[in-house]
Amino acid sequence: MYETSYHRAGSVSDAEAAIANAEDGKFLAGGQTLIATMKQRLAAPTDLIDLRHIADLKGIAKQADGSIRIGAATCHADVATNEDVRTSIPGLADLAGKIGDPHVRHMGTLGGSIANNDPAADYPAALMALGATVETNKRSLAAEDFFTGMFETALEDDEIVVAVTFPECTTSAYAKFPNPASRYSMAGVFVAKGDSGVRVAVSGAGQDGVFRVPEMEKALESQWSADAVANIKVPAEDMLSDIHGSSEYRANLVTVMAKRAVAALS
Amino acid sequence: MTTVTMTVNGKTVSGEVEDRTLLVEFIRENLELTGTHVGCDTSQCGVCVIHMDGKAIKSCTTLAVQASGSQITTIEGLATGDELHPVQKAFKEHHGLQCGFCTPGMVMAAVDMINRLGPNLDEATIRHELEGNLCRCTGYHNIVKAIKAAADEMAALPQAAE
Ligand SMILES: Cc1cc2nc3c(=O)[nH]c(=O)nc-3n(C[C@H](O)[C@H](O)[C@H](O)COP(=O)(O)OP(=O)(O)OC[C@H]3O[C@@H](n4cnc5c(N)ncnc54)[C@H](O)[C@@H]3O)c2cc1C
Ligand code: FES
Repeated sequence: MYETSYHRAGSVSDAEAAIANAEDGKFLAGGQTLIATMKQRLAAPTDLIDLRHIADLKGIAKQADGSIRIGAATCHADVATNEDVRTSIPGLADLAGKIGDPHVRHMGTLGGSIANNDPAADYPAALMALGATVETNKRSLAAEDFFTGMFETALEDDEIVVAVTFPECTTSAYAKFPNPASRYSMAGVFVAKGDSGVRVAVSGAGQDGVFRVPEMEKALESQWSADAVANIKVPAEDMLSDIHGSSEYRANLVTVMAKRAVAALS
Repeated sequence: MTTVTMTVNGKTVSGEVEDRTLLVEFIRENLELTGTHVGCDTSQCGVCVIHMDGKAIKSCTTLAVQASGSQITTIEGLATGDELHPVQKAFKEHHGLQCGFCTPGMVMAAVDMINRLGPNLDEATIRHELEGNLCRCTGYHNIVKAIKAAADEMAALPQAAE
């Protein structure tokens, strides 16, 4: 790892000041992506601004309208075990509990995961399928406008994710085919039914990161069953291809995971 | 250089470290507690697992400066004097190791698992919870048996030990 200077921010304004003063600073949350990347010398920020101790970025609260607001620095384990999340959006709790392994879930955070927007990350599928809103220190963004491509988001370099709000939904489920070695998603499908209809979002498989499948959404609106999506295939040419699986394999996994997610709710 | 201070196995320790120093390097090199191992470069093997503020984490993917102010428990902090922790005893009893390299991380992960989920663990849960800990010798079978035996023993105790 190259040299770096560490700053522990006590508040969002502290973090804003620290990043403004840094030559090439980066925010640090759980470090489960950033520290690993720095160890490989693939990232070399001059300064690290630790957000993990900012009280305003933590916690999970059920709002009056039934939505759930989760602070950006909340770790995956806390989302997975939170009673409000488990009862209101069980698919989200289940997704958080499937990220990596117990030790990764104790450190890794919601904000770090979505800011990184790894195509193999799980959370982006939940944000897209549930129609979540990302709140930063500067503005609010719909999930669809937040994720802009593989490892790309609408975030500016000095912008901090503060929280994500997930609207109430009637039913939700996530089915994931993990890479057997890394536990990252090879294909994960989040299915949600709410006031605005059915939404289906896919992680792990797409070349441009997370995406929705309108054909599956339409099919499920007219018939809520695994059979309804069984013959819907996403185009293989839009899927990732690597040593872990070809694009055809991933395209097939998307259909299989969609069937499993719906079946889990039927 | 930054001065870090933390409580390790019940004792307050401090040291001067570069900000890029990993927690596992601080534990092994500054504190000379070499029970915590390093087995990979990719945050995947789990031999470096320790407890920070009561939760299992990978000390190879955490900076020492991030851990400043926290409570750390390493494998050296589990036993009470000469009395091994029930999980340590069970690994010995059930031959839950061969080369022993993964053992500290396995034991720390097992104690965390029992702390979080309670001692009534079935085999499927134990196997699932070990996703972050790799062993290349045992085939996991005796590790799972050891954790089950330790959990059963701890269920019979009036309080969980750590
Ligand atoms: C072994 C292993 C297995 C894993 N498996 C999975 C998996 O199955 N699924 C999955 O989805 N992920 C997986 N991960 C990744 C894990 O979920 C990470 O925790 C997550 O991707 C990054 O979150 P973090 O809090 O650790 O962020 P960090 O590593 O601290 O930061 C990541 C990036 O986000 C930025 N950032 C962090 N917080 C904020 C914020 N609040 N505002 C703006 N920018 C911010 C940082 O500057 C950095 O660029 C795995 C990781 C490991 C090590
Ligand atoms: S040394 Fe392999 S996970 Fe930490």
